[in-house]
Amino acid sequence: MDQFLFGIYPYIALTVLVVGSIIRYERDPFSWKSSSSQFLRRKQLIVGSVLFHVGVLTIFGGHLVGLLTPLSVWHALGVPSSAKQLIAVIMGGGAGIMMLAGGLMLAHRRLFDARIRARSSFADTAILLILIVQVIIGLMTIIVSLGHLDGEEMTKFMRWAGGIFIFDGDAASYIKDVHILFKLHIFLGLTIFLIFPFTRLVHMLSVPVRYLWRPGYQIVRTRKGKKS
Amino acid sequence: MKVRAQIGMVLNLDKCIGCHTCSVTCKNVWTSRDGVEYAWFNNVETKPGIGYPKDWENQKKWNGGWTRTKSGKLHPKQGAKWRILANIFGNPNLPEIDDFYEPFDFDYDHLKSAPEVDAFPTARPRSRITGERMEKIEWGPNWEEILGGEFSKRSKDYNFEGIQKEIYGEYENTFMMYLPRLCEHCLNPTCVAACPSGAIYKREEDGIVLIDQDKCRGWRMCVSACPYKKIYYNWESGKSEKCTFCYPRIESGLPTICSETCVGRIRYLGVLLYDADKIHQAASVENEKELYDAQLGVFLDPNDPEVQAAAREEGIPEAWIKSATNSPVWKMVMEWKIAFPLHPEYRTLPMVWYIPPLSPIQNAVEAGAISAKNNMPDVKSLRIPVQYLANMLTAGDEAPVVKALERMLAMRGYMRAKSIDGVIDLGIAKQVGMTPLEIEDMYKIMAIADYEDRFVVPTTHREEVEDAYDLRGGCGFTDGNGCSTGSSGKKIFGSRKFVVPTGGAR
Repeated sequence: MDQFLFGIYPYIALTVLVVGSIIRYERDPFSWKSSSSQFLRRKQLIVGSVLFHVGVLTIFGGHLVGLLTPLSVWHALGVPSSAKQLIAVIMGGGAGIMMLAGGLMLAHRRLFDARIRARSSFADTAILLILIVQVIIGLMTIIVSLGHLDGEEMTKFMRWAGGIFIFDGDAASYIKDVHILFKLHIFLGLTIFLIFPFTRLVHMLSVPVRYLWRPGYQIVRTRKGKKS
Repeated sequence: MKVRAQIGMVLNLDKCIGCHTCSVTCKNVWTSRDGVEYAWFNNVETKPGIGYPKDWENQKKWNGGWTRTKSGKLHPKQGAKWRILANIFGNPNLPEIDDFYEPFDFDYDHLKSAPEVDAFPTARPRSRITGERMEKIEWGPNWEEILGGEFSKRSKDYNFEGIQKEIYGEYENTFMMYLPRLCEHCLNPTCVAACPSGAIYKREEDGIVLIDQDKCRGWRMCVSACPYKKIYYNWESGKSEKCTFCYPRIESGLPTICSETCVGRIRYLGVLLYDADKIHQAASVENEKELYDAQLGVFLDPNDPEVQAAAREEGIPEAWIKSATNSPVWKMVMEWKIAFPLHPEYRTLPMVWYIPPLSPIQNAVEAGAISAKNNMPDVKSLRIPVQYLANMLTAGDEAPVVKALERMLAMRGYMRAKSIDGVIDLGIAKQVGMTPLEIEDMYKIMAIADYEDRFVVPTTHREEVEDAYDLRGGCGFTDGNGCSTGSSGKKIFGSRKFVVPTGGAR
């Protein structure tokens, strides 16, 4: 079972994430959007959305760096595992609380504001609730982590995540002994990857940072001199 | 010099009767869909009033348009690029749908399905967003029609700035005018500048500003960037939409639907040639009152052979250059100088122009005492205060507005003398700095306003815009993605299922 959930399921989830997103971008670009509901109800959105997004982006970046940077790089930088865990707990805890607070505000708005509820698709509501459950589990794992501050537990996850990316067939076995909360957290995380292309989450792939160095402000289109 | 062409529009407010035909035909063609019921690409406001959306002219509140820094640089008033991106999770300048109005429908079905009751059945309103009953409609698309509502509320109108407005609340001194509004298709559009996705663009060949629906990600920065609040967020599709200047009609040499159906014949369409290299300079003039003149400086005389040669070099088709020489918009904006941009102080260089309305003499008793040279009353005695018009059309500079009103009065005086007394009154023409020939041309275009004089629209050269082969057998209006409406059918990627509206049963 562990072999399927943590050895094979990651590949299924990542494949659906990548292929699904490409297909959606290619076949249905009109549906690729942030689906902002601020226009229908401003109340609770600005504070909730900023907290939620800043939290979730910090956590996402933290997981990416924390899980995929090889242990040797950390050691070369002179960061022992225990210090790394401490950083992760503090940053993840802080960002997690931000995300949870923002997420609860957004969820309250989505479920109890007549306008927003009437105009939410199943996927809109579901993904928000899933993310909230995920961050709650994530925050609970911190309590488990505080029980062993040496950082050894975390290296297991790093080896697992790295293993997945180098097609290590034994990757799942590295985390077979970890606390059930971690397993739940990983499973739900992979599931979020799986459903990613079918939700509004795709808007994060088109973060418009290019805007910052777009030359000038204006855009003029023409077909003159182009072969169509 | 980089010559470009744009189809500009002039609206002669002097002839607008406020019938809303433009708005209704526009709505029927473009916005009779879910998510944009509240959107009127064209709407007609009664002024003075706060307008649609509420108080749209108050940029201290909305932060639309551009701002000029001390060093002379321009950036959107809501912030430079990094500020715009920083606000992406929650846009503090975004209006809410209630600033426009909550769209509603009526339970018409109840009129025929109601059981026998004592009281006559009524069709009560129902929200188009939630489908729930609305007990009271608080605001609508044209709530201030013909001075509806209290003066104290309407007088929040931004154009009253610098005017002792209290007296205009009195019955004897009240005044009103209509202001039809649509997207200005600006030379320096803030919506384009503020779009982080780069989905909004200006077309080089005809100047029309459009939103690429496939590229729009719904970051909604354009909605707050546009000082005219003429970009509408479609809350159903999650994308922004705006007036398209009926580009499929323009491409075929036809006037926009609002112009075509205008009963008062107040709308004019014609080509203006402009120098794209001068846009930035003209938009960044320090003194706001000079912006109107600066914008005029961007336009190029289509009769100048040098300009024509430069236009040919840029690949502007011969038919367009010829149209430009015959453009009613050029005549009104540049030759007669009777048409003005709406709120030039926003620094967007708008391309929909307005001829200020004449109005009755303020006070019959005073009228006799007013100096009237050559049967021409002093424009200062007109019922609509000149300062009010100037605040709207020239950033507060009265002189150009006065001159335009005088020229319109002169045209009346001259033609009255000519057709009633059979006298050519050269003095009256000279007084406003025009030749009799010019005045007669003005009369022909403004008063007679024949179809072919109002609309001088050259057809687009297909080979230079889009591949006609792909458009063959096209599917009419869609939101992009081929023939998909974007929200029809059950979609795997989470679009909403399309619900057929069934009268009041929703």
